[in-house]
Amino acid sequence: MDYMKIPLLGLVTLLAAIAADWGRDPAYSLHAAMVMLIAGGLLLRELRRTGSPRPAPDLSGYMDGPVRAGVIATAFWGVMGFLVGVFIALQLAFPTLNFDWSEGLANFGRLRPLHTSAVIFAFGGNALIATSFYVVQRTSAARLWGGNTAWFVFWGYQLFIVFAATGYLLGSTQSKEYAEPEWYVDIWLTVVWLAYLAVYLGTILKRRERHIYVANWFFLAFIVTVAMLHVVNNLSIPVSIWGSKSVQLFAGVQDAMTQWWYGHNAVGFFLTAGFLGMMYYFVPKQAGRPVYSYKLSIIHFWALIFLYIWAGPHHLHYTALPDWASTLGMVFSVILWMPSWGGMINGLMTLEGAWDKIRTDPIIRMFVASLAFYGMSTFEGPVMSIRAVNSLSHYTDWTIGHVHSGALGWNGLITFGCLYFLTPKLWGRERMYSSAAINWHFWLATIGIVLYAAAMWVTGIMEGLMWREVDDQGFLVNSFADTVAAKFPMYVIRALGGGLYLAGALIMVWNMWMTVRRAPARSIAPTDTIAAE
Amino acid sequence: MDTYSILRQIADSWVLLMMFGFFLGCILWAFRPGSRPLHDDAARLIFSPEPEQPLQRGAKREAGQ
Repeated sequence: MDYMKIPLLGLVTLLAAIAADWGRDPAYSLHAAMVMLIAGGLLLRELRRTGSPRPAPDLSGYMDGPVRAGVIATAFWGVMGFLVGVFIALQLAFPTLNFDWSEGLANFGRLRPLHTSAVIFAFGGNALIATSFYVVQRTSAARLWGGNTAWFVFWGYQLFIVFAATGYLLGSTQSKEYAEPEWYVDIWLTVVWLAYLAVYLGTILKRRERHIYVANWFFLAFIVTVAMLHVVNNLSIPVSIWGSKSVQLFAGVQDAMTQWWYGHNAVGFFLTAGFLGMMYYFVPKQAGRPVYSYKLSIIHFWALIFLYIWAGPHHLHYTALPDWASTLGMVFSVILWMPSWGGMINGLMTLEGAWDKIRTDPIIRMFVASLAFYGMSTFEGPVMSIRAVNSLSHYTDWTIGHVHSGALGWNGLITFGCLYFLTPKLWGRERMYSSAAINWHFWLATIGIVLYAAAMWVTGIMEGLMWREVDDQGFLVNSFADTVAAKFPMYVIRALGGGLYLAGALIMVWNMWMTVRRAPARSIAPTDTIAAE
Repeated sequence: MDTYSILRQIADSWVLLMMFGFFLGCILWAFRPGSRPLHDDAARLIFSPEPEQPLQRGAKREAGQ
């Protein structure tokens, strides 16, 4: 088996070298050169190791290596993504930050998708992979299936992120929201994702626990659905195998509908189902109490699965999409309010009888705030999907505000809570180094989100109203540039909010570093297994 | 009939009925008599004394133990 690796890696290195030379665009050549270097490096490592005996790997414990790596990657990509976010917020407020020398490389149009993918897929995705690997092992009492496949998933996913990010900067994009990477990056992600599914499913199948805990249901739904969405939305034919450009298989309104079927379910299954998997494990665990109602969690699961998949058309109100389809999307979006709030209530009520923990435990406070933001943004979303409201909100910054109250509030805060839970556990420490720093992080993040969301509500509704304002002759009152000028103060406040959020994340990184380096080691006897009764 | 109309008709009738039936079935199954102790056990699963290591082959940990 090991001897097969050498010719295989050699072949990949050679093909990548040819592709780098023949590449028709800079992004393709760069990526081929990266593959060449990585495969070449692995080849050298393999060659140096031939003949020398390898120590048999220790298979007795849980496989926490990829989880630790995932925690580090989550923190790293989080800070990167937030940093780019703050910078593009400043670019909108102060357009001179689109420097002449960086035009066509780091101007707003190139950096905006980079920010979106960095926070969703790099920060959120790494958090999901790390927590799902942690949770599935604990709730199944089994080591991850597939040996080093878990490491392949981790490193393969990082490579996907680097491909996507560098591709965006060099202009390689298929112009689909959340699905910008071109065909070969899509194929690579499909391979990595199927390996992820295999590891996850394999671990569940060899579990030593009779019941499959509900968190695993949500994680599994997230993995399976994202695989399906990703493949269907990225059906395309490359113009040349030596270039990154491809042509979509669908055209016109069918393409738009497929895109937003994908796009809304990326929100529904990546940013909701997956993170609910985190919620159902880490919130009860941190609170020391079982989830409020296990029945409700089952109903929550099936209702979310059955409803979310239909909500996509609400992104295409007043377009070429038939009215029946957009009405369907709107109705299902409004019904979705129920399972969303069912889940929020289930998470919050888990604290029943332990409400004092909100005061005493900053990690619980983070989880509670995240659930509160989940509730707020899943209330706001259905309202905005109603056609009449959408006619005002669509294309305005209200949408941006909505997305960020969900992403910064729900996804961000719950991820931070999980990182604070996991860091001491994974590095064998008693607790986080500084509780006060968690508190600082909480308040910086919360105030940052409030500034961000409030600024975007004001500016979004204002520009929506300005766009539709007509005088008594029926002429539009405002030009587009008028709205841009009116929005300036709100853009500055938004950037300030983002800056506070970034500052909180930097404090977290410092705290994690100090925990690994300085915090007291955990005593041998496990102290974290307080019975629920 | 063209493919679209055939698929549309099946989706609007039987597939809709099947999916709705399956959904209702899932909900009703959660409420079946005797499900409460099972659900309570499942909810407490994450608090069962956490083995520092995965359980060995053949050893089954009962839920809620």
